[in-house]
Amino acid sequence: MAQQITLTVNGDARKTAAATIADFVRELGLEPQKVAVEHNGEISPRSGLEAAALTDGDHLEIVHFVGGG
Amino acid sequence: MSEAETNPNNTDDSWEVAGQRFNSRLIVGTGKYKDFAQNAAAVEASGAEIVTVAVRRVNISDPSQPVLMDYIDPKKTTYLPNTAGCFTADDAIRTLRLAREAGGWDLVKLEVLGEARTLYPNMVETIRACEVLANEGFKPMVYCVDDPIAAQQLEEAGAVAIMPLGAPIGSGLGIQNQVTIRLIVEGAKVPVLVDAGVGTASDAAVAMELGCDGVLMNTAIAEAKDPIRMARAMKLSVEAGREAYLAGRMGRRKYADPSSPLAGLI
Repeated sequence: MAQQITLTVNGDARKTAAATIADFVRELGLEPQKVAVEHNGEISPRSGLEAAALTDGDHLEIVHFVGGG
Repeated sequence: MSEAETNPNNTDDSWEVAGQRFNSRLIVGTGKYKDFAQNAAAVEASGAEIVTVAVRRVNISDPSQPVLMDYIDPKKTTYLPNTAGCFTADDAIRTLRLAREAGGWDLVKLEVLGEARTLYPNMVETIRACEVLANEGFKPMVYCVDDPIAAQQLEEAGAVAIMPLGAPIGSGLGIQNQVTIRLIVEGAKVPVLVDAGVGTASDAAVAMELGCDGVLMNTAIAEAKDPIRMARAMKLSVEAGREAYLAGRMGRRKYADPSSPLAGLI
């Protein structure tokens, strides 16, 4: 079994075995093409989500579009 | 002068913002609706080609919930990401950088609020954010006070559209100061859209009769008893107001002037 790491995702702690941001987003049941991710305070370009490696203690902000005025 | 201004039979009265051309002069929000289906039906009825959207954290605990994009296709309708809820330039800039990554486009709506009670914009922070965003290649359409000087400053800061409030956000009070809106329209080289304050169809018509290029609204449609019918009313009123502006209204008189001839009276 892959090594589990602990991330802070949208303010909450979360354990995962995902190696990349794209894998983690899919693990959540979301499509990487429909979200934007901030990785330790920096925008993670969508084109690089498949390659963006996660390490223990990383902070992620995952956002998407919702209704608004 | 555009074609439509010189030829009343020409029905092409499109407008352009940051190099993108649109036919509808009505931009609608996507907040406060009962559900996504009603929201999508209202957008359809409004004829709007641009909708504003907010940027928020995904719900990690229940990511299977339906999302806006399932109902309003961003390939057919232009999503205009906003910074609603941001009270500093830094928050607004961060939000729009994320929005650009989520959507992949530069046309955005910037608003930096001053306080929760009035939701009035903080213009110092708004202008600062506008400069930073424009330098990063964003095309900011900017919510602002109905102040012709602030509007000029925003234009200098790189705003691609000036969007003064007609009245506080969500108030439905209609355009409170027609003089300042008209002054902004006269002074601006970029499109001017009234953003906020519209309550009913006549308010939207007033904005267009003042010469605005468009109107942005959310609550007036979403909180109507029949939002889909109100969306249609807004479509018609924006068109009517625009036509009236292009037609050029009659002058105002202090006293009566009969419409029937005085000559030949029996």
